[in-house]
Amino acid sequence: MTPAADPLVAVRGLSVTFPDRTGDVRAVRDVDYDLARGEVLGIVGESGSGKSAAALAVMGLLPAGARVEGSVRLDGEELIGLEDRALSRLRGRRIAMVFQDPLSALTPVYRIGQQVAEAVQAHNRLSRDEARSRAVELLELVGIAGARERAGAFPHELSGGMRQRVMIAMAIANDPDVLIADEPTTALDVTIQAQVLEVLRTAREATGAAMIVITHDLGVVAGFADRVAVMYAGRLVEQGGVDDVYERPRMPYTMGLLGSIPRVDESGRRPLVPIEGAPPSPAHLPPGCPFAPRCPLVFERCHEEEPALAAVGGRPQLAACHRAAEIEAGGLAPEEVYEVRSSAPAPGAERRNGRPQVLRTEDLVKHHPLLRGAVFKRQVGTVRAVDGISLTVGEGETLGLVGESGCGKTTALLEILELTRPQGGRVVVLGRDTAELDARERRALRREVQVVFQDPLASLDPRLPVSDVLAEPLRTHGVARERVEERVRELVRLVGLEHQHLSRYPQHFSGGQRQRIAIARALALEPKLVVLDEPVSALDVSIRAGVVNLLEELRERLGLSYLFVAHDLSVVRHVSDRVAVMYLGRLVEVGDVDRLYGGPAHPYTQALLSAIPVPDPRKERTRARILLPGDLPSPAEVPGGCRFHTRCPKFAALDAERRRRCLEEEPELRAVGPGQEAACHYAERLAVV
Amino acid sequence: MAKFLLRRLASSIVLVAIAASLAYVLAAASLSPRSNFEGRNPPPPAAVVERELEARNLNDRTPIIERYGAWATGLVRLDFGESWDGTSVNAEMARRIGVSLRLLIIATILGSVLGVLVGAWGAVRQHRFSDHAITFASFVILSTPVFVLAVLLEIVAVGVNDATGVSVFEYTGEFTPGLEGGFWTLAVDRLQHLVLPTLTLVLAQIAIFSRYQRNAMLDVLGSDFVRTAQAKGLRRRTALLKHALRTALIPSATFFAYNFGLLLIGATFIETIFGWHGMGEWFIESVRRNDVNAVAAVSCFAAVLVLFAGLLSDLAYAVLDPRIRVGA
Ligand code: SF4
Ligand code: SF4
Repeated sequence: MTPAADPLVAVRGLSVTFPDRTGDVRAVRDVDYDLARGEVLGIVGESGSGKSAAALAVMGLLPAGARVEGSVRLDGEELIGLEDRALSRLRGRRIAMVFQDPLSALTPVYRIGQQVAEAVQAHNRLSRDEARSRAVELLELVGIAGARERAGAFPHELSGGMRQRVMIAMAIANDPDVLIADEPTTALDVTIQAQVLEVLRTAREATGAAMIVITHDLGVVAGFADRVAVMYAGRLVEQGGVDDVYERPRMPYTMGLLGSIPRVDESGRRPLVPIEGAPPSPAHLPPGCPFAPRCPLVFERCHEEEPALAAVGGRPQLAACHRAAEIEAGGLAPEEVYEVRSSAPAPGAERRNGRPQVLRTEDLVKHHPLLRGAVFKRQVGTVRAVDGISLTVGEGETLGLVGESGCGKTTALLEILELTRPQGGRVVVLGRDTAELDARERRALRREVQVVFQDPLASLDPRLPVSDVLAEPLRTHGVARERVEERVRELVRLVGLEHQHLSRYPQHFSGGQRQRIAIARALALEPKLVVLDEPVSALDVSIRAGVVNLLEELRERLGLSYLFVAHDLSVVRHVSDRVAVMYLGRLVEVGDVDRLYGGPAHPYTQALLSAIPVPDPRKERTRARILLPGDLPSPAEVPGGCRFHTRCPKFAALDAERRRRCLEEEPELRAVGPGQEAACHYAERLAVV
Repeated sequence: MAKFLLRRLASSIVLVAIAASLAYVLAAASLSPRSNFEGRNPPPPAAVVERELEARNLNDRTPIIERYGAWATGLVRLDFGESWDGTSVNAEMARRIGVSLRLLIIATILGSVLGVLVGAWGAVRQHRFSDHAITFASFVILSTPVFVLAVLLEIVAVGVNDATGVSVFEYTGEFTPGLEGGFWTLAVDRLQHLVLPTLTLVLAQIAIFSRYQRNAMLDVLGSDFVRTAQAKGLRRRTALLKHALRTALIPSATFFAYNFGLLLIGATFIETIFGWHGMGEWFIESVRRNDVNAVAAVSCFAAVLVLFAGLLSDLAYAVLDPRIRVGA
């Protein structure tokens, strides 16, 4: 195994099985790893890979029915099979854990100070007051401003980022030797994710703990971990130093993962490497190599024998693949293993020139009243969800609209989709002002503008087979019956599904396939403009690439225009021609994709881009992050002047004289160079990725 | 929060008034005290009947609205009027109210506390034998009408009495009439009478509450926060009590109010079966005797109790769930 002579944690042959009526679900199979003192190990895997179950098994926190086999030693002491009393003495004191989704992981009815104090008291004889003041210290350490007052808050009163800080404070309360973080930043926005990762770093320095970071995001661990282990179908399939694994992956699955993520730091339309199919269900594993059904290098032996994790290339790197040696010898790169179609033609500003506009909004406004009271509602404020945005989408163009949750991007999109007179401003679709349409014209225009939502299961009727799902929009728009059937067949082919899929129901498909069905439905009426609302955020990394590629391909083939709304800036860079960045209901920067990513000019865009981790360990270690303080202000209390000034790092560095302008005058979008506009009085381009 | 409760109290008072008025009007319109006189042998002279009915505000020839006015005026002074035979409703109520309240209070407290514990325990032991046993027992109790349950318990009590040769359990009345003795003798006698009726009611309550609490508990058992509590270093038992059960009590607080109506009905049956001279028994008797004012009085009593239970459950909810306390 690893050279470390005396590992802090040694896991051997760890298996977790969940007994089930229909057969045992083998969630974790024969996992071995070591963790040295002070080391950070990243465990990367998609949902269902068993990565969380493996961590919970180490903590002894799996549900009662789970069967755990193998050995986990902490400093030589066996943990598997310890009874609750003995384990409870170790948990929190020697091994602590930070869970995903801190809202459900904190008890709703206790104040956060109490909950942190409880962690302190679990292992120390302290008086209530002593524990309380220690809790406040811990909350300060994890960067909660006004910790003394905040300690009295209940979990639901805090933002997601704050709650995750509380979780970390609880985990480090007793100076643990090992800190396990299970998807610690998954549900968080990028700038908050950067804050939380920073807190984890602080926590690690404060305690000197070794860490296991479990994630699906190869970027998150790149700059954080010393070693990384990749999990697939319950097993570790590759393991090694971060640099080795990221630069020289030797297991086709790892290669696929690395190739399938769009990169915020790479321009041009490198098509992503999609991995065909979906991960196997742990209840029905294929014989042999579990990756065989999806592997481009598969050969006979793969179906017969599951490869063991074995050293490759004389490095401390292990890969579970029969052909690892060949890959090593040939020095194959992911693009060579996965044959990738030749790249799509280069996009760019020139494509846009002279093209007609498909969509234009001018000063679009949507405010809603903020109401209080149960029976008699009274207005106590105004939520300025969308506060004057102007954007355009040209024919054949993709405009990426990005922003963190709460910035108003979804409201803006829904306003546009209404196709009616907006509360303020104008919406012009295909040259028609939506305020001037009558009912018939509006209906006709609806055909031209279609939408695909984030969660395909919620947007597809589960009682209809796919053929009806696809036929429905055609029928409502009065397409002749013979034509409907023909068109439905065309559509499934178009999105890469098979005929036999037509009779199945949406819930029988994987996430990626469902999203394909949703896309097919959106395309049924041959629209000109497709609005995509976070179309790939709910999908696993390996599947995401396929859907992104499909969207690209369809746009080329059908001459579609996209309004692509997303919070994932890497995906947006990959698919967009132009990008608009939104903050608190307004656009702060708009520009051609490479100009904007290459040199963002607005301080918010800069912070946003610098916060995104890239899956490149060397780069990641040297990158400087621009951290934003605090959370997004509520759109009901928009700060005056420049609405970003409460968090703007540039503002903080200005002298009083220049600050005045930010405080008094709301900046408008102004050109900062060809094809780029920013709404900042002191805009300056700066390379951050 | 005080404001919230005051508002609740105010609206409860309004609701009691409405409920009581409706009950009075319904009773006055459907019961006919006149027939009590007409059934007598020899029938009293018409003028006498008229006078008697008039004196007690029971005359069906007076428009109902006027009778209601008179009744309501009395009620404001907490005077429930007179029965058709001239006895004071207030006096009768004073005699009976304690009997019913004793049964109800004990059954409510024991039933909900034990029910919650049994339910929570069943949830923790889900799929084990004890859980199945509890589930089975509570379904049996739930599907047995109270009076059947009461009779079954009586049979068991008789068996025990016979077997021991002493009257351990008493099953008629709430004390032995004419029993002489010191304080302890009387207290033990009351206790002997109390056990069976209370047990009947408590068992039914436990069955209901435990089902409800079991489900509420199952909802939170798998919660992430219970896992977090254990990850901090709490023993499983502590995590279950302090975090899971504490959170799972919140829905039960609401359930408490809904369930109280059922409890009242159950208590009415039980008083009748065991010969307790409580409010429930009185209600049934009064309906039979066309005693409008007594029926209205018992209805008032029931309305006050139900709304009080509602108030209590609001209070419990507010104490248990800080989210509404902070939000309100
Ligand atoms: S063992 Fe075979 S199927 Fe598995 S990853 Fe290697 S080449 Fe692919
Ligand atoms: S205008 Fe001022 S506060 Fe606003 S982004 Fe620019 S520097 Fe920051």
